[in-house]
Amino acid sequence: MNPSMQNAQIVLRSVHKWFGEFHALDDINLSIAPQEKVVICGPSGSGKSTLIRCVNRLEAHQQGHILVGGVELDDDERKADMIRRGIGMVFQQFNLFPHLTILENCILAPMWVKKLPRKHAVDIAMTFLERVRIPDQANKYPGQLSGGQQQRVAIARALCMNPKVMLFDEPTSALDPEMVKEVLDTMVELAGEGMTMVCVTHEMGFARQVADRVIFMDRGRIVEEGKPEDFFAHPKTDRASLFLSQLLH
Amino acid sequence: MIGRLILTYPDAARRTGIAFVLCIITLGLYAMGISSAWIGYLIPASATWLADNIALGRLFAAGMIALILAANWMALRQLSRRQQIIGVWIELFLLLMLFFYSFNLSLPFIGKKIGYLISQGVVTTLYISAISIVLATVIALAGAIAKLSKNGVIYGLATFYTSLFRGLPLLMQIYIIYLGLPQVGYVIGAVPAGILALSLCYGAYMTEIFRAGIESIPRGQSEGATALGLSSSQTMALVILPQAMRVIIPPTGNQFIAMLKDSSLVSVVGVWEIMYLARTQGQTEFRHIEMLITASMIYWILSIGLEFLQSRIEERFGRFNAR
Repeated sequence: MNPSMQNAQIVLRSVHKWFGEFHALDDINLSIAPQEKVVICGPSGSGKSTLIRCVNRLEAHQQGHILVGGVELDDDERKADMIRRGIGMVFQQFNLFPHLTILENCILAPMWVKKLPRKHAVDIAMTFLERVRIPDQANKYPGQLSGGQQQRVAIARALCMNPKVMLFDEPTSALDPEMVKEVLDTMVELAGEGMTMVCVTHEMGFARQVADRVIFMDRGRIVEEGKPEDFFAHPKTDRASLFLSQLLH
Repeated sequence: MIGRLILTYPDAARRTGIAFVLCIITLGLYAMGISSAWIGYLIPASATWLADNIALGRLFAAGMIALILAANWMALRQLSRRQQIIGVWIELFLLLMLFFYSFNLSLPFIGKKIGYLISQGVVTTLYISAISIVLATVIALAGAIAKLSKNGVIYGLATFYTSLFRGLPLLMQIYIIYLGLPQVGYVIGAVPAGILALSLCYGAYMTEIFRAGIESIPRGQSEGATALGLSSSQTMALVILPQAMRVIIPPTGNQFIAMLKDSSLVSVVGVWEIMYLARTQGQTEFRHIEMLITASMIYWILSIGLEFLQSRIEERFGRFNAR
């Protein structure tokens, strides 16, 4: 396995998860180093989303061990809450809070979880909204923004908690094609700043550009992993080459 | 055949249709046994003719009313939508007043009693309702969260509570609490018993409303909040409930109005609210109907106040829907 296991940011050891009869994660072993960028791909239903949702315990695994920053995730909800503060997550459907303005979306967690004074939280939020280039929309409601803008707000909202790790769960799959680029550009920028990133995505151009490692999953198992240039040029398994041949890129 | 006729002669078809509808209304009114007396009042000269031709007179009266309705309909159609609404309200209100007028009410008697009805009755009704509404809301919130709980004991408590208090008639609950609690050694006053019964009963109904409201919020919302590190109670209070309010408020407004009127049931244990006073104040001079109609109007006015309040609150929580 990865030699840097001791100081790995995220470690999964023989993780299993079932949804009823369905074996969603089947013996997952994975370790992700600080600042590493990992792209997870695979056919739908292969367990990619379940895998990263287990990392911040939106789903609970049933066997094996998951460690984030050296702390093991278990049934202790408060420990899970602690770990979640260090992990930002971006969802396919954005999951912005429609009853709050963009700014309020961004300051909610800093104010209530980190207990920052409002003024301080606003300063942080505006910094990140400027970084994703939508500071002028701060007082609008999410429903008034385009999908691409909403997803960039979602990224800024996660960054406001100053996370060490960012998880992306198909962040561009719900977007109109012309908005995919603005979100990917934001993610590329973020990668350039040394964030640890785990991305479930089918954007192979993005994977080529920023990923240190590509992981290919099928039926709940990690079938293949490798550097993007190797994986895309010479997939080792038939399953992966079939999958790649079906992608348009 | 008929379809082609209608298409070929649209105007004639339309007029025939209108005449047909008028005939139906006329016959309907006639069948309902409408009287021709009002024509006799308006045109005294026709009285003898009406007396001689009873059936014909009634048919004529029904026809006249149908024509008046049609004329009214045409007149209202000339107005803008807003004026139409106001016009309909005024007309129906006047008809209602005419209906009350037909009881030959003694206005001086109402004038004499209305002050007391308001200062004692309305005040009591309002404070009983207001306290019950607040308590019912708190119960409903707790009940809804309990019903969504994974803990079996809490879920069991919540389901038993809603089942029992939705299943018993409110009147029975008032009796059971007022007469039953002293049996187990707790003597309860009439007003607290009424408030307790109202809040428990409406809390049970509203538990279901709150639960449905909370469940209507997509799962992504709580996942988004959880992923940011918010605790489950923070997620509920800051993310889920403010959005659920939009779904919860309209039916809750209904419940509040219903409760305001159901507070009249508390009169059975002798609380001096509007209904109790309406029943007792009329007795001295055998003017029951005066007091009952006055009380009805007071309930209506209070309900209108609540309707107004509801629409204001709805506006407030619907804000973020603006696009």
